[in-house]
Amino acid sequence: MKREPLVLGIETSCDETGIGIVRGTTLLANTIASSMDEHARYGGVVPEVAARAHLEALRPTLEAALAEAGVALNELDAIAVTSGPGLAGALMVGVGAAKALALALGIPLYAVNHLVGHVGADLLHAPDEPEHELELPTVALLVSGGHTSLLLVRDLANDVELLGETIDDAAGEAFDKVARLLGLPYPGGPEIDRAAATGDPNAIRFPRGLTAPKDLARHRDDFSFSGLKTAVARWVEAARDRGDDVSVPDVAASFRESVADVLTAKAIAACQRLEVPRLLLGGGVVANARVRAMAQERADAAGITLRIPPLSLCTDNGAMIAALGARLIAEGHEPSTLTFGADSTLPVTTIQA
Amino acid sequence: MLLAIDTSAGTSVAVVDRDGGILVQLDETDTRRHAEVIGTLIERAMTEAGVVPAQLSGVVAGMGPGPFTGLRVGIAAARAYAFGIGKPVVSLISHDALALDLREPLLVVTDARRREVAWSTYAASDELGLPVRVAGPFLAAPELLQKEVDGYDGYRRWDAATIPAGPFGMLGERLFAAGRRAGPSEPLYLRPPDVTPSAGLKRVS
Ligand SMILES: [Zn+2]
Repeated sequence: MKREPLVLGIETSCDETGIGIVRGTTLLANTIASSMDEHARYGGVVPEVAARAHLEALRPTLEAALAEAGVALNELDAIAVTSGPGLAGALMVGVGAAKALALALGIPLYAVNHLVGHVGADLLHAPDEPEHELELPTVALLVSGGHTSLLLVRDLANDVELLGETIDDAAGEAFDKVARLLGLPYPGGPEIDRAAATGDPNAIRFPRGLTAPKDLARHRDDFSFSGLKTAVARWVEAARDRGDDVSVPDVAASFRESVADVLTAKAIAACQRLEVPRLLLGGGVVANARVRAMAQERADAAGITLRIPPLSLCTDNGAMIAALGARLIAEGHEPSTLTFGADSTLPVTTIQA
Repeated sequence: MLLAIDTSAGTSVAVVDRDGGILVQLDETDTRRHAEVIGTLIERAMTEAGVVPAQLSGVVAGMGPGPFTGLRVGIAAARAYAFGIGKPVVSLISHDALALDLREPLLVVTDARRREVAWSTYAASDELGLPVRVAGPFLAAPELLQKEVDGYDGYRRWDAATIPAGPFGMLGERLFAAGRRAGPSEPLYLRPPDVTPSAGLKRVS
């Protein structure tokens, strides 16, 4: 039996220091150190705080991942690292470390695209689980605090197209901002979800960004959450000005409904238009119960197969980066040359830098 | 033998040997391309020195002061390389690289961006030729440096655009040989992270 490559992946594009180890498509370790708590008092990720935290977390996270996988450094066949998109200063910590580690070990290095990595997460299976194919082509909806992107993936290693993305805030950012408005702590996603559980999603009709016919003409697959965020703020302010009690559960549920509606409607519409009967979700917002449930309902109704990797592989992590690296190796791609840098706006069409 | 990496200004990488001296030193002066050049410089330095990773006994890392984003690239690389070869990191203050074998007092000044400089003062080196830091590293506005440095006129001033990894690596070798301690294990940022604490919520209507 051919031995699959043992790849260590390094991810530092935002606030999670992720080190993953895979053998081919088998997940051996997925270790994450997060600086989320340090950002809480600022209400969002502070790039310099994140970059400092990556540098401190790097070695302990590497050690923990190797221990979890039961792998020695000299067994590794390759290193994969996120070179973009993401926060430049944060990415550079991973890039510097990955280059040096690959050189110290004398093994090849693959610089990969973070967003395509999110899709690569679906390749992985636990050692005691059977392999499953990533069925292609697929539409992928990637939603987090840093990105909101709709991709068409024809070939993970060779052909990924950006259908659309947010033209202002990421969906995760909107959750954080609305949570603050409602006096809920950071990060906002889980808090909104919790508050919304007892709220009425139809209590308030908040706008659905870029869904009007004239917007659809120009931004069919794009997203916008800035107007929604402002609309929620206006509604809350007006209610408070009138001296009304603001029902946090109703506002949270109605806001969440708008986000989930737009995300899933656009993703399903893209599947139908492109005649691609598969939708993959990725990114931390997948943790949102309503987004998941609505995606499932609508996918079922449209005869579309929905795939959602386990949450630990949906949030930013090094295992998905390692998985994409392993796939590139399996498809015979040459390693990256040592000259790549951190590219905060790396396009999804550049799967490997 | 040691691999020495400093990215507190440009990018400088060297391979040094206690007896053989500086075997190779490579520099990239561009202060915005650390991530791009770090790998190539390490690879070339090792090749040109004719040294394989297993021959190294450690990696010297310049801990700054220096502009943060670039500084971190070198520290991350030094730490990862040392981890890869299973050898220690020798963390040193970058300014110390310029204060080896000093015969007269020296004021080292480097760019800290945002209209500030980082500075350190050194007395003449000790009997082993090792740096004797008097003060610093600290930050100052360039025009206030004269006022802030105690005994400014007694120092020769060196405005350094680069920190050479060669002498820096040799400093590591000599500290080790003398049984002296290395420098700080954390980066010398000298400035808290640049954050704008959220100033409450502004009304939108
Ligand atoms: Zn992500």
